[in-house]
Amino acid sequence: MLTAAELAAVRADFPLLQRTVRGGRPLVYLDSGATSQKPDVVLDAEQDFYLQRNAAVHRGAHQLAEEATDAFEQARAEVAALVGAPADEIVWTANATAGINLVAYAMSNASLGRGGAAARRLALGEGDEVVVTEAEHHANLVPWQELCARTGATLRWVGVHDDGRLRTEDLATVVTDRTKVLAFTHASNVTGAVTDVAAFVARAAEVGALTVLDACQSVPHLPVDLPALGVDLAVFSGHKMLGPTGVGALWGRRELLEAMPPFLTGGSMVEVVTMESTTYAPPPQRFEAGTQMVAQAVGMGAAARYLRELGMDAVAAHEREIARLLLDAVAAVPGVRVLGPTDTEARLAAVSVVVDGVHAHDVGQVLDDAGVAVRVGHHCAQPLHRRLGATASTRASAGIYTTAEEVAAFGEALARVRPFFGLDEVSDGGPA
Amino acid sequence: MSSSMEQLYQQLILDHAKNPHGKGLADGSAAESHQVNPTCGDEVTLRVHLGEQGGLEKVSWEGQGCSISQASISVMSELVTGVPVSEAEELGTTFRELMHARGAGLDEASEDRLGDATAFTGVARYPARIKCALLGWMALHDALVQSGAATTKEDA
Repeated sequence: MLTAAELAAVRADFPLLQRTVRGGRPLVYLDSGATSQKPDVVLDAEQDFYLQRNAAVHRGAHQLAEEATDAFEQARAEVAALVGAPADEIVWTANATAGINLVAYAMSNASLGRGGAAARRLALGEGDEVVVTEAEHHANLVPWQELCARTGATLRWVGVHDDGRLRTEDLATVVTDRTKVLAFTHASNVTGAVTDVAAFVARAAEVGALTVLDACQSVPHLPVDLPALGVDLAVFSGHKMLGPTGVGALWGRRELLEAMPPFLTGGSMVEVVTMESTTYAPPPQRFEAGTQMVAQAVGMGAAARYLRELGMDAVAAHEREIARLLLDAVAAVPGVRVLGPTDTEARLAAVSVVVDGVHAHDVGQVLDDAGVAVRVGHHCAQPLHRRLGATASTRASAGIYTTAEEVAAFGEALARVRPFFGLDEVSDGGPA
Repeated sequence: MSSSMEQLYQQLILDHAKNPHGKGLADGSAAESHQVNPTCGDEVTLRVHLGEQGGLEKVSWEGQGCSISQASISVMSELVTGVPVSEAEELGTTFRELMHARGAGLDEASEDRLGDATAFTGVARYPARIKCALLGWMALHDALVQSGAATTKEDA
């Protein structure tokens, strides 16, 4: 865990964390799983781009165009370095959802014969299967449902245990020779459970299926080396990793990106255009049609650099301790059930709870009154909630700037919820 | 607790949430509406039961959700029992106005008509919760339109 001095220094980088809410209460921001706060260096990078370098990238011969292109490509290199990838394997996307849709629509196009023989391994049809998990965020479920509907392929899924961990042992039966794609999350945004990626990759390799990893929750919180994980494609978003909204990234193995037909087409992604036909640029530009979100990409690059300078091992160690404190705080409150593992093994500092007898919206309202910002609802994971016997939950999710005092404030506010709704005697927050 | 929290969760709301009125679907309805709050998965199925004179004999409903949504449906079902359809629709319109009054309430005549439903005045200070309070009223309006007893002009 970061020392008090280190943590204070980190928090000083995040101007928003200094503000108060709801009548002067200090903000306790425990909603980083939804979106993270942004350090000065990210805000400055974006502003500096607009103030000093703004120009269209990859076109124009003037100095500004050169500098803008440099900033844009340097940001790509920064993001690539964070996830252990070569820069030319990083594709900018609007967000992670756009990245998954890019892959799904590229496969759709391959299924229609686009991309020729090279893209055939991306083609789907009747008899083929796409496998996801029951723990997926809707962003890594709905695009695959739609792809199956378009191509005639069948969607299957790996279930979860009662504690929210994936039924990895079912891979052998769910993933078969018919499986063409295995899409799964690196870490659940609800349960915080970290997936045994090696087991998924090994099973996919046995049947020759492509692997697509949703790394939205892992990249901001853990050391992640995407090529070393052995997956084929992965997506993550800027705004969850201290960067701006409106930008994310798709990483793919070079040979795979080269084989993939484009999804969005138009300007900037072409080689030669005639009235009859078009040849496409090599990746990553092939997948970056139209003017890109350049300033946001520069901001995401700054965020990646900031995280690397902190050191992802230090980030993970700090958040592991915060996870333990969160779990302890929740365990101390009667009538509260955790959706997810209750130990810190292979788990992020995102803890979702159901308060017996009180709806998540009402829980969130009581927490908000104490200045504690959490997520309430199904967190874009309705099937997982249904599986775990809940329609909605309350999630506290931490970031590198989260303090032990904030976790304590969360625990105190959580202990007031059931008494407020007349379900427990007012207690000191200890076990009933 | 802050005073705005106490206004939000008035005792009347907490009581209705615990012991909701009209809960449990009954047979013999003229129409049924299912409404969902997609942000949290709250849902209600509400049936309208029309009397011989075309009045609203009662509503019956089943649902799950937060205390605001459950209490609001409960209060609504008390308010609209045995009233003409046009009056039920007017109450719905007035309640929507209350939800957009940012916690300031309405004129005395309107609040008199709303009765217990004025307990939800404080909800309008919390924009994220307005949908919770409106869930049942949306279902009522939709069911009345489906039954042919009301038109869609109240949509807003």
